[in-house]
Amino acid sequence: MIGLAHYLTLSGILFLLAVAGIFINRRNVILLLMCIELMLLAVNFNFVAFSRFLNNLDGQIFVFFILTVAAAEAAIGLAILVVLFRSKNTINVEELNSMKG
Amino acid sequence: MFTQILFYLFATVLVGAAIGVITARNPVHSVLFLVLAFFNSAVLWLLLGAEFLAIVLVLVYVGAVMVLFLFVVMMLDINVEQAKSGFTKYAPLGLVVLVIMAVELAQVIWVRHMGMISADELAPVAADYNNTRELGLLLYTDYFYAFELAAVILLVAIVAAISLTMRRRPGLKAQNISSQVSVRRQDRVRLVKMDSEERQ
Repeated sequence: MIGLAHYLTLSGILFLLAVAGIFINRRNVILLLMCIELMLLAVNFNFVAFSRFLNNLDGQIFVFFILTVAAAEAAIGLAILVVLFRSKNTINVEELNSMKG
Repeated sequence: MFTQILFYLFATVLVGAAIGVITARNPVHSVLFLVLAFFNSAVLWLLLGAEFLAIVLVLVYVGAVMVLFLFVVMMLDINVEQAKSGFTKYAPLGLVVLVIMAVELAQVIWVRHMGMISADELAPVAADYNNTRELGLLLYTDYFYAFELAAVILLVAIVAAISLTMRRRPGLKAQNISSQVSVRRQDRVRLVKMDSEERQ
């Protein structure tokens, strides 16, 4: 039978893949944003699984708010990206070094 | 048994789609793989009995956020080959971080086994159990202030996105509505006093 550990393992694999994606695609800002979305999905998976297996709906409320904040974050992040591309004509992370970071 | 088959089927597709997201050479393919991942997650949440969140995931994420991503990816003119040329110098460090995180997660999930949660089977729900109604009851009572704060966050996001991307071009011929409306009579009309002319 499918237990809690199955869902936690699946979300752990998803999270690790997202972290790997951030390290692999260090050149494209859009791909970094997409990896962050994947991480949020893995976290939401944990919340839903625990909420269901503990019979407590508060976890699903949390997922609701995470979805809201993630939507806001994606909108603002993509807006910043568009402004960045307009002024620098690139979204390569390694060329965005005008602040000497 | 049937649930088990469904779980493994959709979990496999989900992991495959996630691998596709991080390895696809074309960003458009990455976005489409991410859409596939969200769809499969929605199905798995349905298996868990979180119907409302599964539908919200499809509507909000696939319907709005991913379409936004697709718009931006297609709008920006990215040099695909230059944007993805092999691994970077951070790849070994990333591998180390990954191995450490994997060991820690395995430790938490499998070895320690979570003695306090006796959760090998889903608790059966009543026949008239309604996930959406229960969530609504909780959301509009206990979490009402948090709900309103979420609305404010979305409003701030709208304002921020519009004010960031709105472009003011110089030399654009446009009406200035406020100055048109607030104009006064003495600004525009000049009364000239002059004598009447003599009859010819």
